[in-house]
Amino acid sequence: MSAVLQSLVNQPYKHGFVTDIESDVAPKGLNEEIIRLISAKKNEPEWLLAFRLKAYQKWLTMAEPEWQNVRYPKIDFQDISYYSAPKPKKKLASMDEVDPELLRTFEKLGVPMHERAALAGVAVDVIFDSVSVTTTYKQKLAEVGIIFCSISEAVHTHPELIQKYLGTVVPVGDNYFAALNSAVFTDGSFCFIPKGVKCPMDLSTYFRINTEGSGQFERTLIIAEEDASVSYLEGCTAPRFDTNQLHAAVVELIALDNADIKYSTVQNWYAGDEKGIGGIYNFVTKRGLAKGVNSRISWTQVETGSAITWKYPSCILRGENSVGEFYSVAVTNNYQQADTGTKMIHIGKNTRSTIISKGISAGHSNSSYRGLVRVAPTAEGARNYSQCDSMLIGDQCGAHTFPYIQVHNNSAQVEHEASTSKIGEDQLFYFSQRGIGAEEAVSMIINGFCKDVFQQLPMEFAVEATKLLSFKLEGSVG
Amino acid sequence: MIHSNSVPVLTVQGLRASINGTEILKGIDLTVKSGEIHAIMGLNGSGKSTFAKVLAGHSAYEVTGGSVQFEGKDLLELPPEERARAGLFLAFQYPIEIPGVANTQFLRLAYNTVQTQRGREELDPLEFDDFVREKMKLLDMKSDFLDRSVNEGFSGGEKKRNEILQMALLEPKLSILDETDSGLDIDALKIVAQGVNQIANKDNAMILVTHYQRLLDYIVPDYVHVMQAGRIVMTGGKELALELETRGYDWITENKSSTTGAIA
Repeated sequence: MSAVLQSLVNQPYKHGFVTDIESDVAPKGLNEEIIRLISAKKNEPEWLLAFRLKAYQKWLTMAEPEWQNVRYPKIDFQDISYYSAPKPKKKLASMDEVDPELLRTFEKLGVPMHERAALAGVAVDVIFDSVSVTTTYKQKLAEVGIIFCSISEAVHTHPELIQKYLGTVVPVGDNYFAALNSAVFTDGSFCFIPKGVKCPMDLSTYFRINTEGSGQFERTLIIAEEDASVSYLEGCTAPRFDTNQLHAAVVELIALDNADIKYSTVQNWYAGDEKGIGGIYNFVTKRGLAKGVNSRISWTQVETGSAITWKYPSCILRGENSVGEFYSVAVTNNYQQADTGTKMIHIGKNTRSTIISKGISAGHSNSSYRGLVRVAPTAEGARNYSQCDSMLIGDQCGAHTFPYIQVHNNSAQVEHEASTSKIGEDQLFYFSQRGIGAEEAVSMIINGFCKDVFQQLPMEFAVEATKLLSFKLEGSVG
Repeated sequence: MIHSNSVPVLTVQGLRASINGTEILKGIDLTVKSGEIHAIMGLNGSGKSTFAKVLAGHSAYEVTGGSVQFEGKDLLELPPEERARAGLFLAFQYPIEIPGVANTQFLRLAYNTVQTQRGREELDPLEFDDFVREKMKLLDMKSDFLDRSVNEGFSGGEKKRNEILQMALLEPKLSILDETDSGLDIDALKIVAQGVNQIANKDNAMILVTHYQRLLDYIVPDYVHVMQAGRIVMTGGKELALELETRGYDWITENKSSTTGAIA
């Protein structure tokens, strides 16, 4: 059986290609000069440079975290280039003006932007390496007062919003990688849903890391004002490289009274080869502040890529009756390592949170769920339900669960359930005795296992995620 | 029912198999023709269930000798899913639970896979729903059972009924029922037996692996084989089962050479 599993898992990475576009790459290394260079390249106002420098100073005093259950060689932060951008020839007014090479890249990735936008009604804020090349549907959204653009654009067009909110959920010195991001972030998305507006379509960003050796430091900020709601999709692929690429993104969400933000991710970055060589190091800080009464922050993630995943999309439930949700599927194969989970910080009265985490490990991979549920003394009547399930494929992989529960209010109810299962030989035999082959069987079992999470994804993402999982685990059952 | 002109569905010759280096099957010979029902009886550890699993192709067992012809094919050459598609069905003694996979989804995939193999049309979910509900009546099954996960939280009786339902859906040429009677109360046993009897016809064949005579009160075999230490040591008609019921198995060991009943 393990031979079939092995061969299924060991499919080469489909998105492994490098697009040949002239890149504007900063020299390797990190110092104040580089930060000033980034800021100057982006023509930033003084306050933002100050924000970056403050973060850099913080970062210098901090140590790289070591508590996570992942192993990797020490990162040489001076051996990374912190800025790379496709050289813009001029300001682009339409898709026709976009570099055809770039368009072909999107075709290869299966993101025919214009069609996709038109057919699916999705506005795609395309991020190519670090600079936004084009933004679609902006005008339509603008009609209802929604701002959806790159964060560097927003710095110029809506500086008051950026200044007001940037770094308020994830402070510059929050953690090592967030501090690094705050110092050197190059671009990302900005989204603002004004009071009373329900965003009429899913907003979507496709990320892609392209220049070998260049770090990728995305910064995303989403704000939903009173009674506003938005569903945001993030999807990622990356080309294949042998050197590890560091990625340290920061995402901040802010929901005011009665606002609702749903953030969905499908992550499929290069995970390294079957021997564990190469792959993306993904150190991400994602946090949402449910600031207003009855607000809701919902994270859904399907993590299938990266050599290392270090990621804990969290909710700070400050508003009374606010709701935090975390739905996660993390798949690891070969030598991938994932340490992922969430934090639910209950501060307001009657705040509620739900955590559904599904970890699937195959090959020699290692997957950990790490989650904190904290009920502050002020969080009268807080409730949490957590469910953490792990599934093992083969006998060389590992699954771990690290739940941290801190309850400081007697009226709180906190529930935690966990299970570990294995796709066993006998299950596969049962399928095969009914004429169903191993690959189809595994796909069916996995999709059944992940059903509770997939249900939370927007329709087209759910289909993609289902396919992605089957693809990722191809060859892992035998 | 024995039909004189029927053809062999299964021909087993000198089959030997082992698990983790321990030989369990030590040379089995058996011929099953279409229209026939065979019972294989024996004590725990005699190799009955191993024989069933080896025929179905369970990877834990290594075939070390002998041959098996199934419908003119070399069965031992085929991976388990192809054996199933060719029409060999095993009703499991302990059907395994598959959490998260809806029974209806599982049944439809299995059905369509086998249909495709036979060059027939697949059924879409709605057509299949009508079809499967018709078959479920045969086994007196409740409709909520379709939405539940495969075998998850099923009672022993429900699991066994689910096996027979799958047998009814897949229309196998040869069905092997591994201890289908174990864990069933008498009412459930009657329902299961009734289902099996309705499925049995002159074009298919069955092997009932069982411990007790009880099942054979409801499904009447044409042949009864007694298995001991990995071999079939005695073959007789249905009355042999009754004899085993009253006399136990010990006397066989003492009279290995003698056989009772009519042998075709």
